[in-house]
Amino acid sequence: MINKCEIEDLELVYEKPKTLTDTPMHYCPGCGHGVINKLIMEVIDELKIQDKTVGVAPVGCAVFEYRYMDIDMIEAPHGRASAVATGVKRVNPDKYVFSYQGDGDLAAIGTSETIHTVNRGENILMLFINNAIYGMTGGQMAPTTLIGQKTSTSPFGRSVKNNGFPLNITELISKLDGAFYVTRHSVHKPNSVRKLKKAIQKSFEYQKENKGTCFIEVISNCPAGWGMTPLKSNEWLEENLIPKYPLGDIKVPTKN
Amino acid sequence: MIRGTIKVDTEICKGCELCITACPQKSLGLSNNINSHGFKYVELIQDNCTGCINCALVCPDSAITVYRQSKNSIKQNKKVTV
Repeated sequence: MINKCEIEDLELVYEKPKTLTDTPMHYCPGCGHGVINKLIMEVIDELKIQDKTVGVAPVGCAVFEYRYMDIDMIEAPHGRASAVATGVKRVNPDKYVFSYQGDGDLAAIGTSETIHTVNRGENILMLFINNAIYGMTGGQMAPTTLIGQKTSTSPFGRSVKNNGFPLNITELISKLDGAFYVTRHSVHKPNSVRKLKKAIQKSFEYQKENKGTCFIEVISNCPAGWGMTPLKSNEWLEENLIPKYPLGDIKVPTKN
Repeated sequence: MIRGTIKVDTEICKGCELCITACPQKSLGLSNNINSHGFKYVELIQDNCTGCINCALVCPDSAITVYRQSKNSIKQNKKVTV
């Protein structure tokens, strides 16, 4: 191993954000949740809003998020993170509020809360982590599971006849008037990580200006749930998930 | 060439190998040693790191800290031992 270095000639260019605690993360090796948690805290570090931010943690793989984020956090009941975030924002309009949910949480049990929160145009940031599976409970089929994808509750692949079509909830809510900024990103490549960070930064800035609901979908991998190595899961994501859920801005604010 | 180096927190690294494919210089590899959790961890296997931070960006466990040759030493054409 190469470990010689003269620190006096080298300068620090990247380190773990200070608002992320030193607790080792419980996520499986290669899981995208860790990257997204890190990016949120990086943005909070850079905007210097650590004492003004309230996060709402979901039920799902990210349930212990409050251990890693050194900000005020609330744990919401299953699917209700956006409703809890609404309450926090209405009581503390000067705080920055974000909710963080997975696809089983936001698109299945919390569909009505999600749609009505966006329809009311609540001034919060909603992060939606889509890995097309229920990761925490053992890889069951989620509303976002692709047609033909094998999960523990669809061992022969999802069929349209029995299970219907994958739910594209981001496109659905982008049609609502309350949505101000709706975008979709992924975290499987360094470049896409940089783009996601910019989107989170923009959303916090819009929230400062009381613009309306910002909604960011992040396509993530689930190596354990899909039964693949982290590298294979990223390749599978690029080949299968991204054609179904294309990356990019879906609703951008009009200039006026 | 601009030189850089990384430091890996070997106790946090879970050996998912995402940084190895993200590295444009192919300077990372898995160690033969394991940490106290039983994971093989990542280390530098070549000294051609440029400090581009790609590995640190994709690291889900924030185990990588990146250093790069300072701008002053680039101007003065100093040699840096990494």
